[in-house]
Amino acid sequence: MTSIRFIAPMALAIILASNGAFAASAEEGKTAYVKNGCWGCHGFVGQGGSAGPKLAPDPKPLDFMAAFIRHTNGTMPPYSEKILSVEDLASIHAYLRSIPKSADAKSIPLLN
Amino acid sequence: MTVKKKDTETKAGRRNFLGGVIASGATAVMAPTLAGAAEPAASGPAKAKTMPPSAKTAASETAIPPDMGHSAGVPGSDFMVDVIKSVDIKYLPSNCASSFRAIHESLINYGGNTKPEFLTCMHEESAVAMAHGYFKIAGKPLITLCHGTVGLQHATMGVYNAWCDRVPLIILGGNDMDAAHRPPGVPTFHAAQDINAIVRDYTKWDDTPVSLQHFSQSFVRAYKIAMTPPYGPVAISLDAGLQQEPVKEHGEKLYIPRYVPTSPPQGDTGAVKEAARLLANATNPVIVVDRAARTPEGIPLLVQLAELLQAKVFDQGGRMNFPKTHYLSSGPAAIPGADVIIGMELSDFWGTVNAFTDNAENGGIGANSTKIKPGTKLISISSVDLNTKSNYQDFQRYQVIDVPMAADAQATLPALIEAVRSAIPNSAKDAIAKRGEAAKKSYAEVKLRARQEAAVGWDASPISTARVVMETYAQIKDLDWSLVAAESPGFNWPQRLWPMEKYHHWLGRSGGYGVGYGSPAAIGAALANRDLGRFSVSFQPDGDLMYAPGVLWTAAKHKIPLLSVMINNRGYHQEVMHVQRLSNFRNRKVNLGGDMGPVGTSIMNPDIEYHKLAESMGWWAKGPIKDPAQLASAIKEAVAVVKSGQPALLNVWTQPR
Ligand code: HEC
Repeated sequence: MTSIRFIAPMALAIILASNGAFAASAEEGKTAYVKNGCWGCHGFVGQGGSAGPKLAPDPKPLDFMAAFIRHTNGTMPPYSEKILSVEDLASIHAYLRSIPKSADAKSIPLLN
Repeated sequence: MTVKKKDTETKAGRRNFLGGVIASGATAVMAPTLAGAAEPAASGPAKAKTMPPSAKTAASETAIPPDMGHSAGVPGSDFMVDVIKSVDIKYLPSNCASSFRAIHESLINYGGNTKPEFLTCMHEESAVAMAHGYFKIAGKPLITLCHGTVGLQHATMGVYNAWCDRVPLIILGGNDMDAAHRPPGVPTFHAAQDINAIVRDYTKWDDTPVSLQHFSQSFVRAYKIAMTPPYGPVAISLDAGLQQEPVKEHGEKLYIPRYVPTSPPQGDTGAVKEAARLLANATNPVIVVDRAARTPEGIPLLVQLAELLQAKVFDQGGRMNFPKTHYLSSGPAAIPGADVIIGMELSDFWGTVNAFTDNAENGGIGANSTKIKPGTKLISISSVDLNTKSNYQDFQRYQVIDVPMAADAQATLPALIEAVRSAIPNSAKDAIAKRGEAAKKSYAEVKLRARQEAAVGWDASPISTARVVMETYAQIKDLDWSLVAAESPGFNWPQRLWPMEKYHHWLGRSGGYGVGYGSPAAIGAALANRDLGRFSVSFQPDGDLMYAPGVLWTAAKHKIPLLSVMINNRGYHQEVMHVQRLSNFRNRKVNLGGDMGPVGTSIMNPDIEYHKLAESMGWWAKGPIKDPAQLASAIKEAVAVVKSGQPALLNVWTQPR
């Protein structure tokens, strides 16, 4: 948060109004994402791989994610509220939303 | 005196043996000329220079030597070396041990340390896995010597992997059997009644020769059994006394049987015809292969069969069976739509047509479901049906098959192709062509999806595994490359993104999933590739490397060039996921103990500096590389080092999968 000190007060007010709460919870969400092992199957930036599908960028809505995580009975183990709180779940979603869009495969020379 | 050759054996009496040594100088003495084997023993074992006839030796020809001690006369282990040389084995990776000191001495002095050349290993498991990797490139088995008890105990996991991966190798285990005469203390701790017992459940055959002639028959028999499909490891217990004692003075006529390869078993004609009828009349036949291409010649045969039927091929990757660049190359998605499935040399037919979900159902033991439509006909060709043992469960779950053939798939393919060709009705030809068109479309879609998925997280740090794979490919694509190992479970970007076509582009995995195979097998395969002028690359997991990292030294010592790009996810990641899963099933918050993965699964705090580890053993190395932008230049440098003949390692911090 040190960089905030250098932002002009006006600009800071705008950031807090529009993004501040979200930015904070995305940061917490990143911690919760790691502490709860999501990274293990979905990758640190939700990119997915052989152990779990892509979650980000463009995550599915929070409602969907919550319902899925609590009740899934497939390859992914379900997370009850006891082990993953409603708040952590919301911040994980915020973290996934904060992940920037990745470049299109067509624009990456090594993939063409 | 010269050695008389018979059709099937070379006889050499004690006198002939010595006479040959004395009279024939550098000419081959014991080794018969091998029909069918690759090459006869190079310059013969009995080089006059390496074993000049000493006064004592000469005297032993005509008189009973006054000293009957163990070092008198021609050592039995020299004859053993003659036998080994007769089958033309190039290398012998081994960790030295007293129970085979006699044959060790014979190999390097009498045998001149060529064919086989002794490769110094630091763990028996490394030696076995090197032989394992070597075979998959060279198509020739290696031999390893190990201490019969503690050494073989070390070797066992590697032997099990070779067994499950149907790879031949020859284990000679030293054992001092004579309880009344062997040295007390350590050698006696290291002796056993039956050393082979520990590997009997996962070797094709073993023996304990009690005479030199017995050894020569057993050795050639062992080689023949190992090399008859289904291939597999074999073990011979080498009595220390037998190695050390001189060849008997009188009357023993030693000979080396000629090795003649056994032809592999081919599918029964009736069963082949029935399989062809089912395939030719199917609406949607699918070919599934695991170790079907036993040699490079298997690939074009599979292409022929697939094109004839325009059938999708799901290559499970036990070997490089089918070109990834072919439009009929497919994946497990082909299974549910099939009405006829032919599986060739599958290690798990049940798992191919069924699914197991590791969830909390059925009291926590998971759920099973079928992947195929009712009525789908199943055909199997598998040589492993001829070689099933009871104890270890590598035969997997039982699957009912409609047309099962206990036969070698590659040997059966020519007959099957012909039978399919004549069974295809004219009326089916249009539908077959249409199937091909549809396959082309879905192939293009799958390839595009792989590239799109690889792009996600492209700039992430730790570096995405897809990026590591493609940055590596960019630097080696113009070389005759060979991906010699990529052991991280579920790591399949090379298969999805690289244009794998040749047999040496992909060697399959360990077979038994015994972790620790990757680094030594990669080095063994790189040794074979070195001799063929190819460039070897491996993707090296962190956990795998730490089982027996001493093999890095072996690679440097013997100048085996290999580019080892680490997939360092700082944990035993499969177990990270397993323990997380179990914690969730039991509704308990997982205990991380300050690491990223559950207690007992992370390899961090402290992080291992693999680059320093490799450097300390003579490798060129760099790391840790965490920034994807630094990858290209580091790989480029490493490639140049490898091209100069040295091994190089890059410690790359990667995403978990
Ligand atoms: C042990 C592996 C594993 C872990 C740990 C895991 N997942 Fe998953 N996840 C999966 C798999 C596999 C799927 C695919 C669906 C299935 O088969 O269950 C999935 C699916 C999902 C989906 C649905 C995706 C879609 O597009 O339909 C979401 C959302 C999700 N996971 C979020 C999470 C979050 C958040 C965490 C951590 C709290 C997490 N997962 C932890 C393996 C895992």
